[in-house]
Amino acid sequence: MTIDLKTIKHIAKLSRISVDDEKAKKLAGDLNSIFDFIEKLNELKTDQIKPLTSIAETSLKLRNDEIKSQNMREEIIKNSPEKNEDYFVVPKVIE
Amino acid sequence: MTDIPKQTLSELINNIKTKKISSEEATKAFIDRSEKSRKLNAYITDSFDRAIKKAKQFDQNPNFDLKLPGIPIAVKDLFCTKDIKTTAGSKILNNFIPTYESTVTQNIWNEGAILLGKLNCDEFAMGSSNETSYFGNVQSPIDENLVPGGSSGGSASALAANLTPVTIGTDTGGSIRQPASFTGTVGLKPTYGSCSRYGIVAFASSLDQAGPMSQNVKDCAILNEVISSYDEKDSTSVDFKRGKYSVELSKNIKGKKIGIPKEYRVDGMPKEIEELWQKGINFAKDCGAEIIDISLPHTTYALPTYYIVAPAEASSNLARYDGVKYGFRSKGDNLIDMYEKTRSEGFGSEVQRRIMIGTYVLSSGYYDAYYLKAQKVRNLIKNDFDEAYKKVDAILTPSTPSSAFKIGEKKDDPVSMYLNDIFTVPVNLAGLPGISIPAGHDKKGYPLGLQIIGKAFDEQNILNIAYSMEEKINFKNKIADWWIK
Repeated sequence: MTIDLKTIKHIAKLSRISVDDEKAKKLAGDLNSIFDFIEKLNELKTDQIKPLTSIAETSLKLRNDEIKSQNMREEIIKNSPEKNEDYFVVPKVIE
Repeated sequence: MTDIPKQTLSELINNIKTKKISSEEATKAFIDRSEKSRKLNAYITDSFDRAIKKAKQFDQNPNFDLKLPGIPIAVKDLFCTKDIKTTAGSKILNNFIPTYESTVTQNIWNEGAILLGKLNCDEFAMGSSNETSYFGNVQSPIDENLVPGGSSGGSASALAANLTPVTIGTDTGGSIRQPASFTGTVGLKPTYGSCSRYGIVAFASSLDQAGPMSQNVKDCAILNEVISSYDEKDSTSVDFKRGKYSVELSKNIKGKKIGIPKEYRVDGMPKEIEELWQKGINFAKDCGAEIIDISLPHTTYALPTYYIVAPAEASSNLARYDGVKYGFRSKGDNLIDMYEKTRSEGFGSEVQRRIMIGTYVLSSGYYDAYYLKAQKVRNLIKNDFDEAYKKVDAILTPSTPSSAFKIGEKKDDPVSMYLNDIFTVPVNLAGLPGISIPAGHDKKGYPLGLQIIGKAFDEQNILNIAYSMEEKINFKNKIADWWIK
């Protein structure tokens, strides 16, 4: 299997990572060698095997719906790269 | 009395409790040595002034009933520490100051320990040599320009160089055990669900686990006892009865059945690793254990499985770094452009590579072929261990397929770098506890480790086996302080 440049650019778009042609070429090379290595799994027949989704064999616990923390507004916004009063600021979305 | 920084954790605790030394003296001694060791680049952020203040406070009102009374400890920079910068080794978190504390570090402070600083690591814990950190390579105290391993490379380097008496790391595919093995120290990855993941910067949530790193097995047991706790803030934290690991530590392992998996004899394994393993088998026999040959038939599929599962979870976990709520932000023409530039400039190349792999295996049309397939194989790998544990109590393997390598040696070949974790990754996939103990040197004089893998929640048993083998092995780290002029 080979992952071509068009696919790399598509994955980059989905990943929200900007790539130029040079970076896409480098990534294609890396990803192809990694997927060559991953393809080994195709040796195994797994039709009858159940997927393992969680290693901790516990069911999720229920808890009472109580408010435990409040007035965290300042803490939440504190690390924001750009803010205006109590709001996160992003580039203009609506024209 | 031994120089303070060279004392083990147990010795330090004892000396502080008996008032032979104060917390302030201990703290200043580790700070002084850390200051002289800047060349190792083990720290990302130090907290020395605050540490001295805290130590003085402890000495004014000491509580010697605590498990870590006034003990200074530096931790991996993957644990969120309230009001102290936490970067995960990434540019994207270079200005991030958490407003909350991770449960594991909180447990340590609750027992009287004092934070020395935050230790270097591979970016988002993705790496096996600490070379992916935005804050630069870490030098191993073993030799100049040698990697300390990774991702807990700063932790391993600081510990082996006596900049901290013990430390904590995280282990997703070997990130505690491999650097421990490379630096002649002890590292334990506890059972999945035993230490809370709350407040640890997430990499691959179904694999991540925090654990202790120390100079010897007893110190490892002391620290594990402190950090392991049930936590309702982590939905996969397991509520089981945790042992008093250090109190119940015993050298009696007579009649314990230890399995030797034939599949771990991989092609091209250096002769010295083979010999080390045999030496370990003999030591285990000398300790009274019974050696049994076992098979873990799907071992060879563990790494390919890991390199689907871990990046898939990482791509999802790292979606949160968008430059909006915290962390680095780049300028963009519009919102999407800002996201893309932020992530492209904020993440390093290994992290971007893994996000891309993860996004690909989860994308429409490929999910079944890769991600679902890997989850199925993960089940087969876990079943291998379940079958083996019907016959044995623990499993003994080498920790790594080679000793430490030079900085730069494997940097441009991701697959060869990934092969480092061949003996540690299956343990994460199966959620089991594993401990690496130093067991010898190669012909260059670099440390080599042995790994003991246990049944789920059976940390006490592998600690006991490690404790009894440690005495027979009688390992001495060869560190010549080359970085201190």
